[in-house]
Amino acid sequence: MTDVNPSVPSEGADVAPARVAPAPPTPSSMQPEVPAAAGQHRIDSPEPDPRAALSLRGLVKTFGQKRAVDGISLDVPVGSFYGLVGPNGAGKTTTLNMATGLLTPDAGVVTVHGVDVWRHPLTAKAQIGVLADGARLFDRLTGEQLVVYSGLLSGMDRPTAISRTRDLLQLLDLQDAAGTLVVDYSAGMTKKIALAGAMVHAPRLLVLDEPFESVDPVSAANIRDILGGFVSGGGTVIVSSHVMDLVQRMCDHVAVITGGRVVASGTVDEVRGGADLEDRFVELVGGRRVQEGPEWLRHS
Amino acid sequence: MVAALVRLRLLVLRNSFKRSVGQLVAVILGGLYGLFVLGMIVLGLFALNFAPTELARTIVVLGGSLVTLGWAVLPLFFSVEQTLDGPHLSVFPIPLNKLLVGLLVSGVVAVPGAVTMLASILTAGSWLRLPGVAVIALVCGVAGALLCVMLSRAVTSAAAGLASGRRFKEAAGILIFIPLILLGPIIAGTASSLRHSANVLPSLADAMSWTPLGAIWAIPSQVALGDPLGAVFRALIGAATIAVVFVVWRWGLARSLVTPVHATSRVRASGKLGPLGLLPGTPAGAIAARCLVYWFRDPRYLRQLVIVPLMPLLLWFYTTFTHVPAIVFAAGPIVAFLLGVTLIADVSFDSTAFVLHVAKGVPGRADRWGRAFAVLVFGLPAVVVITFLMAALHSEWMPVPALLGLSFALLLGGLGVSSVTSAVVVFPAPAPGDNPFKTRAGANTALLGSTFLSWGVLAIVAAPEIVLLIVSLVTGDMLWGWLCLLVGVVLGPISLAIGVRLGGQVLDRRAPQLLMQLRKDA
Repeated sequence: MTDVNPSVPSEGADVAPARVAPAPPTPSSMQPEVPAAAGQHRIDSPEPDPRAALSLRGLVKTFGQKRAVDGISLDVPVGSFYGLVGPNGAGKTTTLNMATGLLTPDAGVVTVHGVDVWRHPLTAKAQIGVLADGARLFDRLTGEQLVVYSGLLSGMDRPTAISRTRDLLQLLDLQDAAGTLVVDYSAGMTKKIALAGAMVHAPRLLVLDEPFESVDPVSAANIRDILGGFVSGGGTVIVSSHVMDLVQRMCDHVAVITGGRVVASGTVDEVRGGADLEDRFVELVGGRRVQEGPEWLRHS
Repeated sequence: MVAALVRLRLLVLRNSFKRSVGQLVAVILGGLYGLFVLGMIVLGLFALNFAPTELARTIVVLGGSLVTLGWAVLPLFFSVEQTLDGPHLSVFPIPLNKLLVGLLVSGVVAVPGAVTMLASILTAGSWLRLPGVAVIALVCGVAGALLCVMLSRAVTSAAAGLASGRRFKEAAGILIFIPLILLGPIIAGTASSLRHSANVLPSLADAMSWTPLGAIWAIPSQVALGDPLGAVFRALIGAATIAVVFVVWRWGLARSLVTPVHATSRVRASGKLGPLGLLPGTPAGAIAARCLVYWFRDPRYLRQLVIVPLMPLLLWFYTTFTHVPAIVFAAGPIVAFLLGVTLIADVSFDSTAFVLHVAKGVPGRADRWGRAFAVLVFGLPAVVVITFLMAALHSEWMPVPALLGLSFALLLGGLGVSSVTSAVVVFPAPAPGDNPFKTRAGANTALLGSTFLSWGVLAIVAAPEIVLLIVSLVTGDMLWGWLCLLVGVVLGPISLAIGVRLGGQVLDRRAPQLLMQLRKDA
């Protein structure tokens, strides 16, 4: 496939965090979503939306007794920066794994730009870049080798893979570490090189599971800039996170998942309804308790 | 604290029953086998009451030395269960000495430890005539068994300590184990040269009784023979051995508590792609290049790679001692076989990094070709060179064509068979960067099942070449040898192609399931 976002490199460093702030109103081509009411519009339709970058319908996954994902339907519009939030164990990772062809769903349909991920995995995967949470990398390769390897795996020729690797390493500020084994990278560098591997085949959709976990604030800000650049270059980004503040500042759309279900989705402004996203999240998810902890833990 | 560690060990043992029926069966079979061996040993030990003291001495000293040697060397070959190893416990505020005692006792609680301990204690049963000696034997038995457990712990922790240090990360880390692995043949060689002198076993026992391996076991019989001074000397040797082993173990453990496995750093010049820049720029080529990097950079692969130079050496040892030159010719086919079936662990070794292959939508066939090709790159030349080298060593060229034919069949067929197996099952393997000498709970049954099945299929795949090799050796007719080579050259690639194709199809279908299992094991 062709380069969808050749403009990414130029976007990165010069625009400071200000740009990632409040979501622009939904692009006019997209019909506005109804706030918070668990998708009362065309998500009701059993057919996935071919115009969406990612469309989920009735996804179900059960592990033993536990129903990790319980009928999730979601449309991620093209060109959106979509946040997937939820408490630990809500089914975010399971949903994203099924959406990217890494985990077989028990039921449900996933399409990426209209291509059924589970019926045509190779075509679909060519359009997706994945950053899997908690997965290892081939960390006995150098950073440079790893990105070239990722490129070659997605079927591009070697000169392309090498030149794109050079661009990405520069974009992510990893040139100095290009020859270092990935195993010796810090957590932030590891996330960045994994991101480079996910972006090297110029996907139209980036699916990032917890991209900011164990990343220091500076690296996180840099990654945010790069993702912002990717979106303004016409790409779509989905991130899962449980850092509400980040999602509120970075994303234009958000879906709240708890207990394997979507409890709210839409633009960030719609979902938070004037309140702070974190308060709204706690309200939707519940489970907040006020306690002082046991007596023996108190030292004064 | 010590009791807590022992309880933890027992809990792990009990929970391992719950993992699967296969595991339970394996544990029960292992337990029964252990009981049987123990029963035979105990019977034998009591029977020694009716034997002359000299004989009892020879048997106990040699047996004890052998067991001690086994405890020292076997952990290097076979990974031992290390549920309670240093790094796991390093977050708890346990004083080092209590930790040592706890680990020692929990080592005795495990099946091999318990069998050794019981058998050692029951050496007292051979001295029913002399109650005083029986008491000494009891004490020595406990000391000997504890030495065994400590020795294995010391060897593994020292080896792990070295292997995770940065200088030993690569080839050097594995090369250092070669002399240790060859220790067996060397000792066997010494023993077999002693065999030519008369009355060799008693004199060997006498020699062993002065070594750290046998000293403790010789103390009771020395007293029984009326040589208290000799007994005291051996007791001193034994005590010194225990002290040294304890210090080494303590050092290794203390080191492992403060040395995380990932404490290395290594920078290469950028722009150097290594094999990734040399092999074809396709998914299969990239995978082959990546696998080659791993074969020569990852201790887990290096451990398997070491057999290539080692196997001919080992067989050559045995030839010189047994004077059966034919043994050495097996080197080529054995190396071919071992390299072919190593691929079974390939996806398991990837661990969750395999997610990259799934996420990029790598076609299963490309994945299989890449992995197999990486082994062929060094495996094929290695097998050919070894076969010719061994022939040159004995100036015996007749079996060479047939051996090459069989080697091709085993290498290519083995790669083909394990291409399918490794697409069907993954099992818990040592994680990247972990101690390569470590097994994971639950690894053995899954591994053994799929390994034996693969070997069975491989035996069928290679049957034509096996038959032709035998015919050529029996008839001595070169024609059969050349025919074997021809069949190997033709059938080998065919079986590899079939395996890759089949394995690729299975992988296309099962990759998400494999990934789920890998995540569970990680």
